[in-house]
Amino acid sequence: MSVNVYIPTPFRHLVGNRTHVKANGTTVHDALVNLDEQFPGFRAQVFDTSGQVARHINVYVNQVEIEHLQGEDTPLQQGDEIAVIPALAGGATALTPEMVDRYSRHLIMPQVGSVGQRKIIESSVLIIGAGGLGSPVALYLALAGVGTIGIVDFDVVDRSNLQRQILHQTADVGKAKVVSAKETLFAHNPHIDVRVHEAPITSENAFELISQYDYVVNGADNFATRYLVNDAAYLMKKPLIDGSILMFDGQATTYIPGKGCYRCLYPAPPPPGMVPSCAEAGVLGAMCATIGSIQATEVLKLVLGVGEPLVNRLLLYDALSLEFRIVKVRRDPECPLCGDNPTIHELIDYEQFCGSPIPHAAATA
Amino acid sequence: MTSATAPSIQVRVTAVLQKLTGGQKAIEAKGGTVAQVLDDIDSRYPGFKSQMYTPDGKLHRFVNVYLNDEDIRYTGGVETALKQGDVLDILPALAGGGE
Repeated sequence: MSVNVYIPTPFRHLVGNRTHVKANGTTVHDALVNLDEQFPGFRAQVFDTSGQVARHINVYVNQVEIEHLQGEDTPLQQGDEIAVIPALAGGATALTPEMVDRYSRHLIMPQVGSVGQRKIIESSVLIIGAGGLGSPVALYLALAGVGTIGIVDFDVVDRSNLQRQILHQTADVGKAKVVSAKETLFAHNPHIDVRVHEAPITSENAFELISQYDYVVNGADNFATRYLVNDAAYLMKKPLIDGSILMFDGQATTYIPGKGCYRCLYPAPPPPGMVPSCAEAGVLGAMCATIGSIQATEVLKLVLGVGEPLVNRLLLYDALSLEFRIVKVRRDPECPLCGDNPTIHELIDYEQFCGSPIPHAAATA
Repeated sequence: MTSATAPSIQVRVTAVLQKLTGGQKAIEAKGGTVAQVLDDIDSRYPGFKSQMYTPDGKLHRFVNVYLNDEDIRYTGGVETALKQGDVLDILPALAGGGE
């Protein structure tokens, strides 16, 4: 079985400075061993001491990473193309030819380029809720190439979700939302890692969840979860990209620790029942895309370090009049969380704080 | 409270509060302070103030009022003075994530 092997720049000196070489083998492992026979020294670059492909090297067969196939046992067909791609020094991820095509509209922008695209690929984002907001946020971040996307949701897909939650389709009704979300995201971009957390976020697990990611996106559907996520993200010094929607209104803002938080904006939740939920008052489905794509845009700007994030500014969207406005958000020196003399140093009982339960069977986002 | 000479203020409310204002998203109201404007609105739309204030007469902490895009908590609260042509935005917290 003869296959073509793409050799990236760092390994070309091993193969006579060629871009492509031929190798023989019925599996990826065999082909790599064959390469070493042809080009002594290749093995030492690619395999670790235990004889496995070193962890800093990704191997692709026809542009699919072999971890998504059968690993080194992945069978080969005549004419398959293998690429052996090492991580570059400095932790930067190498872009495969497929990635160069896929992300070409990013790569041609000077504000992104290959350096920026690698930052996106190396970033990790936790999304609270695979619902109305979480759907477009997750999709656009996945399409953009965010390398690690975490999704927290304990709910199952309900038919009434399909009016707005673009991660889920008719056939997904009854399926766990995180499972449906992972399938959808992976179908859109197989290069990313989707980690699912099929549980409600609580005071007990919030730190452990958030600590695994660089950024947190809030698509929660209740006040208790919103205060919990705010407090946990602040205490862990993670940027929080917040969005909310109801009926024809949307709000979005970005909290950078030390520059104000949700408690500065809304020091206390409404008494239970005073502000309805989407389930009670409704929401125009397309509103999710407007606010969710703004949240995704904010994440990507922060990752790239470009532009002016929505920090200290609250974006208001009125769909009926089609007006966007921005009001100021200030860090409140008296904020119990991020003020000058904070009294909140750990997570509290948010159900008690809000006088209402974090829905465990009803719905997150 | 209000008089014919009090400044005329445009007050904009979000969709959630429009059930209290007969479906209107913008109301013209008169008052020299934010409190007087809220009184004026309540006189025409009874029940409006009870959504804004706690039973002990303080502005709810989940309701933000912006005067020309500045939160009135930083300009003097409901006693913030208003002038002709000012715009107030009343903005309750939203928790919805599209469930």
